[in-house]
Amino acid sequence: MSVTVERAASVEEAAAAIARGAALLAGGTILMRRVNAGDPRLERLVRLEDPALRRIGSGSEGVSLGALVTMAEVAAAPETAFLAPVARAVGGPALRTMATVGGNLFARRTYGDLAVALLALGARIILARDGAREIGEFLRGRERAGLVLALEVPRPREARAFGFLKVARVRPAGTAVMTLAAHLPREGGRIRGARVTFGGMGPGPLRSPGAERALEGQALDAGTIGRAAAACVEGLEPLDDALASAWYRREVAPVHLRRLLEGML
Amino acid sequence: MALKPVALTLNGSERAAFTEDGENLLDFLRRRLGDLSPKFGCGQGACGACTVLLDGAPVLACLILAETAAGRRIETAAGLAGAALHPLQRAFVEGFAAQCGYCTPGMLMAAVALLRANPRPTREEVVAAIGGNLCRCTGYEPIIAAVLDAAGHMERRA
Repeated sequence: MSVTVERAASVEEAAAAIARGAALLAGGTILMRRVNAGDPRLERLVRLEDPALRRIGSGSEGVSLGALVTMAEVAAAPETAFLAPVARAVGGPALRTMATVGGNLFARRTYGDLAVALLALGARIILARDGAREIGEFLRGRERAGLVLALEVPRPREARAFGFLKVARVRPAGTAVMTLAAHLPREGGRIRGARVTFGGMGPGPLRSPGAERALEGQALDAGTIGRAAAACVEGLEPLDDALASAWYRREVAPVHLRRLLEGML
Repeated sequence: MALKPVALTLNGSERAAFTEDGENLLDFLRRRLGDLSPKFGCGQGACGACTVLLDGAPVLACLILAETAAGRRIETAAGLAGAALHPLQRAFVEGFAAQCGYCTPGMLMAAVALLRANPRPTREEVVAAIGGNLCRCTGYEPIIAAVLDAAGHMERRA
């Protein structure tokens, strides 16, 4: 085995190790498969066991998740009840004991179901190096982001404002063909600040500008849902892989978005 | 490469051995401690054959760095039976829930974790609990039935 493992005593030490090219080992569900395969590009791992990064904080506007909080903890904690269906969609129970919310931000297609939900909710990612970043911006530059400390996730004002759907061929723990999330806050019956996101419809989690445009300022009804579904693939480039062809994903994305939105009426 | 000492509790016994950088907990248990009950299936976290309990929670031993298990409590299928088989093992035997048997230790540990947290699971809860464990023989039905059967036996005995 060619990999070396160091243990960082502090966030600063871990951030410095990452800056020197080490990969941060959190839950291990992404990196250990590369270690097991003997990936020669993976030379140095750094471990960090800071209890501050395992904390779940709750405020009036939302929750703060330390980067090392696990999917099992998100699924169980009362503060994160609105994210529990998302956390439970990730892997099986054993994987959820290990997989962290910070690690999920770095998951390669077609993993990363939580990141799709967080992009819809407009989460902010707190970095060791340079403060907070909106998640969309973070995801575009994640390879160079360095150490993630925490995720700040706004809480939907009402349960029906947030919806999530994972589409997999194998249940209950299959890999996603695509993942969808929508955050549709309503004021006076009109949608204000619509965010609709997809996983599996591009190189990483992406917003759907077509669906958002069709929903913004409208009442959520059958007509609006139909227009959002019809426009949702605009500007996206569905993946073409062993799970499904790009053609298939393009054909079924509107169907799944319609089902998701009908559940949010 | 420097060897690192790792001491942990395996099925109630204090055990210690050296590990090397990058060694996963599954290899550590099998090669260094001689517990061959957790199985290597995929090395990627996709199959669940290596499922063990770490401080009571199910984990995939192939995706855990052995050194991170230092000082912690590991339970494997090898520790389930006392003088008699564990009720889950007996239900698996009686219900023909193991054919080739390769997934069985992982299935058992996933089921142990379920029944400790939830002694009266529904069928759906059993399906969710073994959702990360692949079986290529049984079609899952005998396994689901065996877990439900064991839950019933354990409750009657308690």
